[in-house]
Amino acid sequence: MTDDILIVENLGRRHGPVEALQGVTLSLAAGQRLALLGHNGAGKTTLIKLALGLIAPSAGHITVAGARPGSHAARAATAYLPESVAFHPALTGREQLALFARLAGEPARVVGPLLDRVGLSHAADRRIRTWSKGMRQRLGIAQAMLGRPRLALLDEPASGLDPVSRHDLYALIDGLAHEGTAVLIASHALTEVEARTDRIAILSAGRLVAHDTLVGLRARAAMPIRLRLTAREGAADEVQARLGGARVNGAAVEILCTPQDKMDTLGRIAALGPLVADLDVTPPGLEALYRHYSGEDRT
Amino acid sequence: MIGRILAIAGTEARIAMRNRWVLIATAIMLMFALALTFAGSAPTGALGVDLLTVSVASMTTLSVYLAPLLALMLAFDALAGEADRGGLALILSYPVSRAEILAGKGLAHLGVLAFAMTAGFGAAGAAAAMAGGAGADSLMALARLIGSSILLGAAFLALGYAVSALAGSTTAAAAMAAGLWLVAVVLYDLALLGAVVWSGDGAFTRDIFPWLLAANPADAFRLWNVAASEGVALASGMGGAASALPGWAAPLSLLLWPVAALGLARAAFGRMEP
Repeated sequence: MTDDILIVENLGRRHGPVEALQGVTLSLAAGQRLALLGHNGAGKTTLIKLALGLIAPSAGHITVAGARPGSHAARAATAYLPESVAFHPALTGREQLALFARLAGEPARVVGPLLDRVGLSHAADRRIRTWSKGMRQRLGIAQAMLGRPRLALLDEPASGLDPVSRHDLYALIDGLAHEGTAVLIASHALTEVEARTDRIAILSAGRLVAHDTLVGLRARAAMPIRLRLTAREGAADEVQARLGGARVNGAAVEILCTPQDKMDTLGRIAALGPLVADLDVTPPGLEALYRHYSGEDRT
Repeated sequence: MIGRILAIAGTEARIAMRNRWVLIATAIMLMFALALTFAGSAPTGALGVDLLTVSVASMTTLSVYLAPLLALMLAFDALAGEADRGGLALILSYPVSRAEILAGKGLAHLGVLAFAMTAGFGAAGAAAAMAGGAGADSLMALARLIGSSILLGAAFLALGYAVSALAGSTTAAAAMAAGLWLVAVVLYDLALLGAVVWSGDGAFTRDIFPWLLAANPADAFRLWNVAASEGVALASGMGGAASALPGWAAPLSLLLWPVAALGLARAAFGRMEP
């Protein structure tokens, strides 16, 4: 219990007649990575701003490292990466990071090594105006790493980055979590966070509709596993006759089965012996799970 | 706390220099002050005062318009611009209070203003003194002009921050700042003038008008500089209202305005949700 850095209890935030957030309960322990998924306007940024103490909740409460959000202690323990970081274009990267270091109460000597760690030392003394989007985002991560934060709130950290920058960015985030920081990543880029997070929380229209590990989410959703068989030449008809499923272009057969039936079905496939040339097993992806939990496939 | 204020002030000062703000503000002050000093050198003989006194009188009129304008231009973007860029939420996620942010920005911007005022008025004053002579009295008037201009600038800097916090966006803040300048510096005086004309020599003109004049920081600035120096009053022809007030009224107003406006700015900033 005391290990939980971020505790959110029955949190609500009303914005005029709109319930931006309603009855959200979750917690995040040191070293854990939580993906907070949801559409634009689902309440991700609202939740982060509440955790930062920038806005006040209309119901429930939050605790950050044992303190009230927005208090000196909570802010000292929290790092934040806004959705669209815009540093001052007239400053150099080193100057901008030095300002944040001083505000965080860190000595100026941490700035150089930190810039090095995020791969920006070559550009450190150029104005941010001349930097690429990926470099600015890395500077954003660098400032979030200042002062060994106990909680990092990252709002769409990978938005607008190319695949290589994205990979680097998630490596840095992994490093943060490895050092014991509780990391919350708000995102709608689902496939990226899949392998990078310990747990997944899904927000839909201000409500928390799921909060579990990826495996747990899959089990609860009971969504079918997709088995795709490639039959030997001329054997596709026989394979389909013995297993059921649907024919996909020429030699392939597709079978959907529940997680409980998976091993059974695999046994039956193995019994076909030489009739099957190849087999692909695809568990339901985050994309499908996300649609399932945000209620889009129930229409 | 001091460390954080100085960190923000240092960064803001650097930005002001990079944006050529320091250069532009100083150049404007210098240009206008020198031009006024030498264009206004004609009445010296007729009034029997030295050139520096006349120059200070002209520059007082100039500063009434320029000091609030420069201050508002520095300040209007300070909070709204940060909020627009998304930088305000980030800086507020650090253990730094809103009062410290305001103090840091204010310190840097006031430094820019003070530098521009001192350089502009100082250079023009020195030129006037060399060309037409100066006495202890007129040098005192110059020092008072510079000091009170900085106070006037401080009042409008703080008002600019309040506007910046209330407006919600940079564009709205710019419009509100322009409106504020127009009202405080131009329309307020016009309205008072209208009221005086309507009242004639009535109770309004004698008892209320001078106090209303002192309540506006721009007019308080003018009154203070005029009332404190006979020569300046003579040269600017604005002694009437000044003599109707106790000597402390205008300086007190000019000292209170920056403090009150800063309080207002802090309250408005506190209500901002970045």
